[in-house]
Amino acid sequence: MGKNVLLIEDEPHIAEAIRYVLTRDGWQVASHAYGGDAIEVIRRSPPDVLVLDVMLPGRSGHEILADLRRDPAFSDLPVLVLSARGLQHMPEGATRVMAKPFANAEMVSAVRAIADARGARK
Amino acid sequence: MIPFNILVGVCLTYVILLFGIAFAAERRARRGRIGWLRSPMVYTLSLSIYCTAWTFYGAVGYAARSGLEFVTIYLGPTLVFVGWWLVLRKLVRIGRSQRITSIADLISSRFGKSNLLGVVVTVIAVVAATPYIALQLQSVTLSFGVFASDRPEGWALPNVNGTAIWLAGGLAVFTILFGTRNLDANERHHGVVMAIAVEAVVKLVALLAVGIFAVWGVADGWQDVAARIDASPIADWPLMPGRWIGLTFLAGTAILTLPRIFQVLVVENADERHLATASWAFPLYLMLMSLFVVPIAVVGLSVLPEGSNPDLFVLTLPLAMGQEQLAMLAFLGGFSSATSMVIVAAIALATMMSNHIVTPLWLYLRQGGARAPGDVRGLVLMSRRLSIAGIMALGYAYYSLSGGSAALAAIGLISFAGVAQILPAMIGGMFWRGATGRGAALGLTVGFLVWIYALYLPSFGPGGLLSEAILTKGPFGIGWLRPHALFGIEGLDPLLHAVFWSLSLNTFCFISVSLLTFPTPLERMQGLAFVNVYEQGPAPRGWSRGGAEAEDLLVMAQGILGAHEAQEFFQKEAVAQGKADFLPETTPDFIERLERRLAGTVGAATAHAMIAQFAVGAAVSAQDLMAVASEAQQILEYSTQLEAKSEELARAARQLSEVNDKLRDLSVQKDAFLSQISHELRTPMTSIRAFSEILMDPDLPGGMLQKYAEIIHEETIRLTRLLDDLLDLSVLEARKVQLSIKVANLHDLLERAVQSASNTRPERSFIYQRDPTMEHVPIITDTDRLVQVFINLISNARKYCDAARPELAISVRKRGGRLTVDFIDNGSGIPKKAQRLIFEKFARLTDTQRAGGAGLGLAICREIMVNLGGTISYLPGQGGAAFRVSLPVRPEMQQRQQQAA
Repeated sequence: MGKNVLLIEDEPHIAEAIRYVLTRDGWQVASHAYGGDAIEVIRRSPPDVLVLDVMLPGRSGHEILADLRRDPAFSDLPVLVLSARGLQHMPEGATRVMAKPFANAEMVSAVRAIADARGARK
Repeated sequence: MIPFNILVGVCLTYVILLFGIAFAAERRARRGRIGWLRSPMVYTLSLSIYCTAWTFYGAVGYAARSGLEFVTIYLGPTLVFVGWWLVLRKLVRIGRSQRITSIADLISSRFGKSNLLGVVVTVIAVVAATPYIALQLQSVTLSFGVFASDRPEGWALPNVNGTAIWLAGGLAVFTILFGTRNLDANERHHGVVMAIAVEAVVKLVALLAVGIFAVWGVADGWQDVAARIDASPIADWPLMPGRWIGLTFLAGTAILTLPRIFQVLVVENADERHLATASWAFPLYLMLMSLFVVPIAVVGLSVLPEGSNPDLFVLTLPLAMGQEQLAMLAFLGGFSSATSMVIVAAIALATMMSNHIVTPLWLYLRQGGARAPGDVRGLVLMSRRLSIAGIMALGYAYYSLSGGSAALAAIGLISFAGVAQILPAMIGGMFWRGATGRGAALGLTVGFLVWIYALYLPSFGPGGLLSEAILTKGPFGIGWLRPHALFGIEGLDPLLHAVFWSLSLNTFCFISVSLLTFPTPLERMQGLAFVNVYEQGPAPRGWSRGGAEAEDLLVMAQGILGAHEAQEFFQKEAVAQGKADFLPETTPDFIERLERRLAGTVGAATAHAMIAQFAVGAAVSAQDLMAVASEAQQILEYSTQLEAKSEELARAARQLSEVNDKLRDLSVQKDAFLSQISHELRTPMTSIRAFSEILMDPDLPGGMLQKYAEIIHEETIRLTRLLDDLLDLSVLEARKVQLSIKVANLHDLLERAVQSASNTRPERSFIYQRDPTMEHVPIITDTDRLVQVFINLISNARKYCDAARPELAISVRKRGGRLTVDFIDNGSGIPKKAQRLIFEKFARLTDTQRAGGAGLGLAICREIMVNLGGTISYLPGQGGAAFRVSLPVRPEMQQRQQQAA
């Protein structure tokens, strides 16, 4: 199973925290802060796990996710969606959702879990 | 004897005094205290510019040469004024209802807002005014000469031409200062009118004083004067009925058609009722002016040496008797007569030239047309200034060409006959709906050409502009084309001959072409508006539908009326339509009113053309007019009433749907608000929680501790700020805020705000445009809160203005008890759709989360302004983003308490 995480998050502090936590857990973390061109970044170097914020400049996380799922190459990419607006419902296409703020341990276990689930399917 | 220097000094002092009066009157008017500035007496006195230096000096000369014939010059206007309800009342009513700016504008407006007619009338008026202005130069120059002559010891007049040049130049400067100082080119000239009223009194007093001196100082009372009249040639002068009727008619015509009289009679008229007073007071003034003319003439003839110029008796009589102070007063009277005429004539002609020639030409030549004309006001003012200088130069040229020799009265009559050419088109336009623009244009042109040929050119004398041969034998030897004997009719007085032929041919062409041609729809409509001006019925509209974009119209109107005027007009219209923002619906009614408003500045033709490019296809069609012109007027009126009702309904519906939209938006916003709050709170919390957990990690790399602690600190501050803002907003919204009212200078508050805002994007160079003189205004309010609003607006400009060289103009204006402060940057502004949302909570327009705040800034500003009894609003159509803060100079509650006390 791969160890690459791509993090799409525009709040630099949050991105830095997640990067720190996941790196400590042995992941290779790349991050990107703009929603408008996120889909190209994902296509250019497809990650093993995608951590996606909902409120992004340029393009929302929901729209990016919908685009991704339409592409067969990414139809089963594990995606962890981060939301700061509370969790009324599961966003369509998300593998897992996590509300902000979160415990660091939760973040690590969620990323692991969705990555493993995919590995198991393969 | 009076030295030359003192004479010049007296003139200058007098002019400065006049300027002071004008200045004071204008200041008073600006403060809204019009009061007696616009009383019927001032109006009547301002009409006295009819009495120029020609009347002042020339009437006596006229009486000495031709006996009582001079009375005709007063008789004509007297008859017109006594019968004021026939023509004058209608003229003034039309002028006011159509916002007419000049006589050229009147003709142009009546005949379908045709600019061609405006140009024709302007040319006639300018050419005809030239001898008249020359006449004023001549009379003042002559009066200077009187003081210079017969003095062995004294000064010699530098030279006559020099005096005339100085005089023309001085008057031009004076007129420019007086008449175009006011930036509101369309407003009335309170200062000028007041100064002219004062001059009217000066010249009347001067002439009465000389007359009283002549009758009781030189002669021995009325009986002696009567005896001298019997002895003088005046008594023998034969009465010529033809000339009497002709001259009376000409003078009566002149009072209607002279551009300067039109200016004071119609354009400067503040109240139609003033005309009723003027109808008896003005003839009375004329009577007083003519009372002593004959006594001065006969006493002068009998006392002064043979061959003295009778045109100067008013001066030479007191001088010869050693009454220097009286002579000085008489000199000032003549000077007054000349200056007031020249000032008003130049203003009136300059208005015509700028509105009908310069501005249309400029708009036509400009690349990209006139859609966004930019600063038309600057152009209008500049062209008026240049026109004034040009008109004075023409007057001087005529003066030097004609040699300054002809008798004063003869020159004046040439002008009268010239402007009389406007009469047929004017009267026809006011009373005959069938009159057409083509008829008017041909009539005017033919009359003008005949006048030029038969009277104007010959006035330069044989060998002047027409050769001796043409005068005596006709051009190419064609006898019936001799200028003084057209069609072989000889023996007629040259003046009467020219008046007869020019006006007859003019009227004939006007009527016959009008009968043969059809008026255009716009002409038909204007004809109706002019002829039926008294009928209070619903006016036909020039625009069948709206459709123009209000913001485009605002941008154009600002270029013409000035930013504040235009904004005020648009806002008032919007409020009348029941809308809350600055932009009214572009209904036909609104467009009609806007056009009329613009016409007050640039004339009907230009205003119409400018509006037309926005409302393409909306101009009234022939079908629209069929209803107007046909006998189905009643049906139309009924339907207009229905329309008005349905418009009212539409307005209510519009208001309702606006409120509805707002409510729906509000409920959407409320949901969005909760979700936004959640987001805004959770985001900093996420960082804080994540990093505090990281800090708990025992094997945290050494350098990181400090860094992560700083992040946590930073995010808690952000969180605190958000909570503060929310709290602030809720307190403000609940109107429970404690205001701390202080007195401050607005300038200091703005300084403070600019200082505090400078740490927003400090790396950017940012230019402020401010006018400190306007900013020094005392204000009583919660100064800290006001500064908070200012800081927010300035920081926003610094943050979001996307110009390469960002600039922010801060302009302050005080109106009544309210103060407005505009913040206008040069960026790309806020899109129309977003303009009404920006004051809502969390309405951040940019995606950038880095904007810093939570999107509450403008919402807080709005609440603060409500608490301060003021408003903050977005100002559309300014190029960049523009906000207007408006608040009372002192809190309203306090005012109420003061009133109660």
